[in-house]
Amino acid sequence: MVSVEDFGEYETEWCPGCGNFMILKAIKRALAELGKEPHEVLLTSGIGQSSKLPHYLKCNVFNGLHGRSLPPAIGAKVANHELTVLAVTGDGDCYGEGGNHFVHNIRRNPDITLIVHDNQIYGLTKGQASPTSELGMKTKIQNHGVFNTPLNPLSLAISLDCSFVSRGFAGDVEHLTELIKKAIQHKGLSLVDVLQPCVSFNKLNTFKWYSERVYRMEEKDHSPKDRVKAFERSLEWDERIPLGVFYVNEKATFEDHLDVLSSGPFVKNKADPEKVDELLDSFI
Amino acid sequence: MNTDLVIKVGGAAGQGLQTIGVVLAKTFKKSGFNVFTTQFYLSRVRGGHNTYQVRICNEPIRAMTEKVDILIALDEASIEEHLNEISDGVVIVDTDVIKIEQMNDSFFHVPMLKIAKDVCGNKIYSNTVAIGAALGLMCFDFEYLERVLTATFRKKGDEIVENNIKAARAGYDHAKMNFPLVCQFDVKEPSDKDGRMLIAGNDAVALGALAAGVQFLAAYPMTPSTGVMAYIAAKADEFNVVVEQAEDEIAALNMVLGASYAGVRAMTTTSGGGFCLMAEALGLAGITETPAVIFLSQRPGPATGLPTMTEQGDLQFVLTAAQGEFPRCILAPGTPDDCFYLTAKAFNIAEKFQIPVFVMSDQYLADSLFTCEKFDTSKIEIDRHLLSDDELKDKKEYNRYELTPTGISPRAIPGQAGFTVVVDSDEHNETGHLDQTIDNRILMNDKRMKKLKLLEKEMEAPKLYGYKKADITLIGWGSTYGPLLEVVDILTSEGLAVDHLHFTHVYPLPVDAIKDMLANAGKLVCVENNATGQFARLFECETGLRIDENVLRSDGKPYTPEHIIRALEQKKVI
Repeated sequence: MVSVEDFGEYETEWCPGCGNFMILKAIKRALAELGKEPHEVLLTSGIGQSSKLPHYLKCNVFNGLHGRSLPPAIGAKVANHELTVLAVTGDGDCYGEGGNHFVHNIRRNPDITLIVHDNQIYGLTKGQASPTSELGMKTKIQNHGVFNTPLNPLSLAISLDCSFVSRGFAGDVEHLTELIKKAIQHKGLSLVDVLQPCVSFNKLNTFKWYSERVYRMEEKDHSPKDRVKAFERSLEWDERIPLGVFYVNEKATFEDHLDVLSSGPFVKNKADPEKVDELLDSFI
Repeated sequence: MNTDLVIKVGGAAGQGLQTIGVVLAKTFKKSGFNVFTTQFYLSRVRGGHNTYQVRICNEPIRAMTEKVDILIALDEASIEEHLNEISDGVVIVDTDVIKIEQMNDSFFHVPMLKIAKDVCGNKIYSNTVAIGAALGLMCFDFEYLERVLTATFRKKGDEIVENNIKAARAGYDHAKMNFPLVCQFDVKEPSDKDGRMLIAGNDAVALGALAAGVQFLAAYPMTPSTGVMAYIAAKADEFNVVVEQAEDEIAALNMVLGASYAGVRAMTTTSGGGFCLMAEALGLAGITETPAVIFLSQRPGPATGLPTMTEQGDLQFVLTAAQGEFPRCILAPGTPDDCFYLTAKAFNIAEKFQIPVFVMSDQYLADSLFTCEKFDTSKIEIDRHLLSDDELKDKKEYNRYELTPTGISPRAIPGQAGFTVVVDSDEHNETGHLDQTIDNRILMNDKRMKKLKLLEKEMEAPKLYGYKKADITLIGWGSTYGPLLEVVDILTSEGLAVDHLHFTHVYPLPVDAIKDMLANAGKLVCVENNATGQFARLFECETGLRIDENVLRSDGKPYTPEHIIRALEQKKVI
């Protein structure tokens, strides 16, 4: 039996009251409830307050570059597809700096869980607009208010036929834990966009602001099989914000297409240089 | 008299130059000749003016010469641009297709189109008629060509093989019967028979990587590196490799690092422009001490530059790419043998020192075909430098960055023996977790940089070729090896005391060995395919020795021996 305690307790660098604490709690619970041992789990991350998360639980960690939580996760998954791989990232990291990887890994569909701490602001660099910041939000850089159209990650993911699209809320750990469990169990790229209050820099989208708007889609008879309905739901925002699984499309994963992985994880293979001899003959 | 002939094929992209060139090269190789080919092409799929050049010789050759003996002109530009390269040679041309204003003895009309239609009922065989004609001029044994055509077209069916042989035979007979100087290019049968390979640098790099057990290659296609990716992709199922075309070069190197971290040998292939996007991930490899092999095939920059041409212009960039300081290794093959053995070695160095290792080639080496002995795979050793499960089982905890006297920390892979492995792009302590304390920074930076000194001891001394106690030492790195050897041979035969010092292990330089070798050297002349003498600067910086003269070329073309000799004369070195 694996327990939450197996994932340890670490001192963090987060602000008191930060939504990150709740997300960390939900990830630990989800892993423990699924019976994943720390050494079976790899967390990759980029840069940002969210990307520090892998340091705060016991697991394999690849804390790489800003925007690049996904590419090393793919490489590691090819090397050892028995690892449970979670890419932990933020709205700036994933939807801004790493936008290209977000788009193309949805297409690639590796069996990786993508958890995006979406607080609609830059925390680490102290309060600039992120790709998901609300129109009109003023910051020290966006003096006249944000005028770039906010990126809607869920609509984008559904439009790309992402195989699992969901949204959680850091203020609802029970629900978020279940969501992360489903995302890990899903075979393919599973997006969990997590609404997360930033107590230091986002004075608009506060805990209260989110709490007044969020609702659980499961209670509203939503079928995640219907892509058009899912897209419609993903457009809801200002008054009511849906939480839960928007869309699921069970399809072949990136690894399913790699027949060479069928004989077991690559890390166990041994190379044989002399096998190249047969190729050399074709040059004679 | 030795045979030493150059055949040049000129035409537009899409006209089949490469097929003509490769069939000729294989035919000559089959008969036992040494063969060397180069390609000059523009960045377009159709049209433009391209050339494919084949040189054959009894002696080993690794360079192209400037004098052309037989020019197969498939377009008018071939005549406009290359007629002056022919002195006592001949142009094979179909004057039914290409109008020649002033016919003279330099031209030999072969009605390629008409023969192809008459003999095979299809004009597509006119290139094969041209091949036959060229060999007819040389009175070359037709049987070799027949064998190569059969092997080349076998997959397309018997009819196509037969038509090709018929077309070639008709061209061959036409030349033998109609060329006024029969057997002007009489070729001397080579003494050693075949058994050797005809191979391009890119293929040799790919084979080296497969021999070393590469299991993951992530890359974004970019000329002139793509051939390596394509070759490995073609053999991927057979050799248990995953080749993934990344969304961009940023993803490519980051994917490689993820795979390497998780325990497999991984590489990327790129050219300078793509490598620009990888610079950030290079630093990540540096601070996380993750092994990676980067094959970088150079072409002239900056930016898009000359996409299909050659240059050695990226050395200083590769030496310093990415912010901060960390050890890296640069290897630069000069021959297909080097491409094969050094690529395999790159993986061993990367894993032993836990650093990024570059194999730096260029378009010239990537695309040229060389004859060489079959590679000896029994010489390839695989040293993974990973902890075994047994070594781990007695440990209470595993720290990825454990401090050791050498700076190299024992490496385990994620999940091995129940341990977790933590790596971080931030400065970190022995556990791999973020640590910004000053004392820790000093320990960790020293640990990483210590490996560079250790690596220097493993770098091979440069190869010295030629005259003992030379007055002039020609220094080069990477692909200039072939042309420089020939320069030494030519100048030595003219009574000059010249030698060549060739570097394949470019960084870190084995400084002590170099100083020993050059203790009594004469004039040092560095020859490079770039505008500013990038290797010369590195050499001077690291060894404290002075380069007396730089020979430089940055017009997109590779060196010929003649070009180097002219430059040496101009600079009054000789």
